[in-house]
Amino acid sequence: MSQQESLYEQLGGEAAVNAAVDIFYRKVLSDDRINEFFKDVDMEKQAAKQKAFLTMAFGGPHNYTGLDMRLGHAHLVERGLNDSHVDAVIEDLGATLRELGVRDSLIAQVAAIAESTRDDVLGR
Amino acid sequence: MTTIRYAKNDFELELNQSVLECLTDHGVPVPFSCQSGACQTCIMRATAGIPPETSQQGLKDSLKLQNYFLACVCYPTTDLEVALPNDNVQTAFPASVLSLKLLNADIMQVVLECHAPIDYRAGQFINLFQHQTLGRSYSLASVPHEDDHLHLHVRRLPQGQVSGWIHEELRPGQTVEIRGPGGDCFYIPGNSDQGLILIGTGSGLAPLYGIIRDALSQGHSGPIHLFHGSRDLNGLYLTGELRDLVEQYSNFNYVPCISGDDVPHGFASGRADDVAFQQIPNLKNWRLFLCGHPDMVKTAKMKAFMAGASMKDIYADAFNVSQSS
Repeated sequence: MSQQESLYEQLGGEAAVNAAVDIFYRKVLSDDRINEFFKDVDMEKQAAKQKAFLTMAFGGPHNYTGLDMRLGHAHLVERGLNDSHVDAVIEDLGATLRELGVRDSLIAQVAAIAESTRDDVLGR
Repeated sequence: MTTIRYAKNDFELELNQSVLECLTDHGVPVPFSCQSGACQTCIMRATAGIPPETSQQGLKDSLKLQNYFLACVCYPTTDLEVALPNDNVQTAFPASVLSLKLLNADIMQVVLECHAPIDYRAGQFINLFQHQTLGRSYSLASVPHEDDHLHLHVRRLPQGQVSGWIHEELRPGQTVEIRGPGGDCFYIPGNSDQGLILIGTGSGLAPLYGIIRDALSQGHSGPIHLFHGSRDLNGLYLTGELRDLVEQYSNFNYVPCISGDDVPHGFASGRADDVAFQQIPNLKNWRLFLCGHPDMVKTAKMKAFMAGASMKDIYADAFNVSQSS
């Protein structure tokens, strides 16, 4: 096909992000491997950041650079953020999409985009 | 040519330029991150003019109604005067004290008559000033169109400068300075069969009392549950008025909660938030209003979200006690 739909379009665009954000955030908050990092944050602001993250991972429009990722997570790296925590987030993301009935081939693409930010997030 | 006014400076918006780009190009320190209208870091408020709808996508309804917008995706075609959320743009105006009445041992109802009409929503707060540099935020318990004047419930704090002054020195007939209104914890008409849960501790009842009466007067038809909590019976107030409302409206339910040991018949035992979440464990599709003690608000917000409430349906106002009380 010459005019293939983008990943973001296949997932359902902004409506899909809106459907996923509460589910994903609940998973993160109940995940004991990572919820310590989310204890003392403003939930409203955090939900907006989760939405921005999902938009990016869904292949949607965003202007995040590797530097933004580094700066945004530097304080967490100082608190011990490591590969196991990134693994947990990607797992929660996959579980969210499965719950929403997204097919595995698309979930793999989303996971790959999230994976591509790993080194920047961890400041390497 | 569209003009963006910030802190009394006028900036011309260039073609295809966002408000964020325009302001940051001129050295205004607007924080930003995603630049695509998602992360809400660059949220601003139009203090004059109406921001385009597309710049308000994803914002909570109560913020939209107050003309908040995301600067990075804001491309206005008419002039805007804008402010950052923490800029102090509230104007001061005088009000006369009409009456002072104790609602219980610690909480004073202050009724104020503004010298000029004030446009507010039930549940918002105003700042009341003892003198020019010493003011505190108090929630409004009154409802526009229902009540002629502004009603505040001021709890006397142990070392509270302003609350002490209100309780001991303020007299009817005096003129005070107020600023406001502010806050985004209020009832928004629409979705009138949605269930509402309101949880408050202490004088956190003030905004809730306004919100409930506002919702009822606007014809809200879904169930409305109020859980008001205190350590003991003496901390509860307006119980008679609230029971009258229960008589009057079949969809309104009032649950006074006592967290201490001595719980008389007709009162629920436990903290207001615990009682609420026990009685209504699944909060999917409910709208919540949480007001009062900051720890209660924080815990209840988390619990409500985990119990299925959507973040956009949780309205909260934490009564933070000023460090220099």
